[in-house]
Amino acid sequence: MFWAFLRSSIRFSTVFLYGATGEIITEKSGHLNLGIPGIMCMGAIGGCLGIRSYLDGLNGGAINGFSVVLVGIICAFLFAMLGGLIFSFLTVTLRCNQNVTGLTITTFGAGLMSFILGSMDRTGFSDVSKAFTKGFVNGQNLDWFSNLFLNYGTLVYLAIIIAIITAIVIKRTRVGLNLRAVGENPATADAAGISVGKYRYLATMIGSGIAGLGGLFYIFDYLGGSLEYTVDTYGWIAVALVIFSIWKPNWSILGSILFGALYLAPNYLNVAFNQKELIKLLPYLVTMVVLIITSVINRRENQPPAALGVSYFREER
Amino acid sequence: MKQNDSAIANKFSAFVGKFKMESPIHISKRMDMPKWKALLIKAGAVVLAFFVCAIITVAEGGNFGGFFVEMGKGNFMQLRNFINLLQEMAILLIIALAVTPAFKMKFWNIGAEGQVLMGGLMCATCMFYIKGSVPNEALIIIMLLASVAGGAIWGVIPAIFKAKWNTNETLFTLMMNYIAIGLVAYTIMIWVPSGSAVLGVLRYGQFPRVNNQPYVINIIVVAIVTVFMYIYLRFSKHGYELSVVGESVNTAKYIGISVPKVIIRTMLLSGAICGIAGWLLVGGTSFSITTETAGGRGFTAILVSWLGQFNPIYMAVIAFLVAFLKKGAAQLSMTYGLGGSYPDIITGVFFFIVIASEFFVNYRVKFNFRKAKSEAVVSDEIAQSEQLEEPSGVQTEEQTEVDEEVTK
Repeated sequence: MFWAFLRSSIRFSTVFLYGATGEIITEKSGHLNLGIPGIMCMGAIGGCLGIRSYLDGLNGGAINGFSVVLVGIICAFLFAMLGGLIFSFLTVTLRCNQNVTGLTITTFGAGLMSFILGSMDRTGFSDVSKAFTKGFVNGQNLDWFSNLFLNYGTLVYLAIIIAIITAIVIKRTRVGLNLRAVGENPATADAAGISVGKYRYLATMIGSGIAGLGGLFYIFDYLGGSLEYTVDTYGWIAVALVIFSIWKPNWSILGSILFGALYLAPNYLNVAFNQKELIKLLPYLVTMVVLIITSVINRRENQPPAALGVSYFREER
Repeated sequence: MKQNDSAIANKFSAFVGKFKMESPIHISKRMDMPKWKALLIKAGAVVLAFFVCAIITVAEGGNFGGFFVEMGKGNFMQLRNFINLLQEMAILLIIALAVTPAFKMKFWNIGAEGQVLMGGLMCATCMFYIKGSVPNEALIIIMLLASVAGGAIWGVIPAIFKAKWNTNETLFTLMMNYIAIGLVAYTIMIWVPSGSAVLGVLRYGQFPRVNNQPYVINIIVVAIVTVFMYIYLRFSKHGYELSVVGESVNTAKYIGISVPKVIIRTMLLSGAICGIAGWLLVGGTSFSITTETAGGRGFTAILVSWLGQFNPIYMAVIAFLVAFLKKGAAQLSMTYGLGGSYPDIITGVFFFIVIASEFFVNYRVKFNFRKAKSEAVVSDEIAQSEQLEEPSGVQTEEQTEVDEEVTK
């Protein structure tokens, strides 16, 4: 029972982890992308469109597990990057307000998702989803170790790998140092010869692409190819998770598992129906507490990037 | 002639080297744009947005003329459509008015959704428990007070943390939204023991109809709030103080404004007006509450407030346009069978274009193409330097759009 709970928490946490890793990269560059929920929707759209055309191209042939997953990942990444491109064009080049632009992207993305996927032909999607959920070992009666560590779909491992790589890049490399400089003090970074615009564009677009994989995972792994629900609610949890993990991607791995556990706990606890609604609030409450604690303690390394939410204009001093 | 040319070219490249131009496009801030010109750009963007929306509709199987016909039909075909349009506009406008003082203070309150829901929840609580034990008018007043209290409390919590510890308000208010949604879901679960999670229409405390038309009271209330906010923001001491805090916290401190006090006071007001919006939505519109009662308007209102430049009159215009587009797009998706989420896409595209047009109001774009071959440019260095500073082609995409509009 406990292992099953932990396993499904880890599996579910992947949705948040992709969103949070993407958003951390974006926020480190000083841009607060509140469009992440919409971007995750766009990732889901991209994945569905790509896989749909892959299936149409097969003409009834057998599905190749590896290539269908690859097509899904690439299409979701590119489509979500397109959303990131819109965001960064508006906020970096046109210097529009980030909150306003982000909220528009969220409305737009969520609308687009139910619009496009609502009328999409989903035959074959459940077969494709089997390729996504296939783990290293398969079967019903696994020992706890294989069940907990080896029995996930590709995207779960990919999420953790991306989070770890992101953590290393941000903390240990020159690119990461430059990225942080751009997010903390763009004017200084600019004076030091770092192209603020380039870093912000790339960070937002790569971050968006990664977040978009969360949408792909949700549709093809978690829902098993069904298109009934949009992913935008989880996008907001991903934004919360960024704060919870105080802008550190490696912490967000643990944070996302905790959030997944809190989110799924009502299904595993033997409580009344209405109390489940209250337990569902825990991720948000915990985030608020973290937000308050970090601001009260006020340690510099736990703060949001100093220039978060401010578009940079060189001539404005 | 040829020798001369190459000599000039050398001179020119040396000259350009001094300036180290890195980009042919140069963007600078513009403060001096006349109001009418800014308005023209905005109007051009709105027209462009409508055209783009029409093109999208054509791509989805509608036809170009049909887009405008259906838009008009959805909004003006019957009196009922028109009142629905005004109602939608009124609700958007009041929430936009609510967030405006906080935004002017640069307090990024994106928790209007939650504040409206809490107002609505308090309102529904009164309707559910007090029932017919007091006259309907008295109940409506009690509902109002409860809603205002609910919204204000939800608004002031993040303000207190912001004032005391500088807690990031954007993320805090975002979380508060979900707490509010959860509380509404929880309350409905308690009230509806059957587990269907749908609260039916509450009989007591409904706003009366005026002349047998619904929503009239909502529209009147919003009109009053609009006038109040216009005066508050423009002529009151509070309004002045909060714009000083928004411009520069240090200036505010220097001239003796207590910044925490202003933050808390403004968010109390902001939350209270959101509470009124909740009161209108529950008591005057649906007579019930769901987690979707605010329906994303808390977020759309932020866009309305921003695009209206925090001016209640402009905001009313933007709110009208958005409501018009939404209702029209709903009609369109019915006619052409485009599905319920089509209006979201249309409004999204609309906002993208109008937000982008802000850039052309706030910034000047210069295109500095090197004109090495042109003899007139290279005649002497002084003329050259002037040439580089002056914009060679300030024509931007939006402006051409506007010009076309004018010539039409």
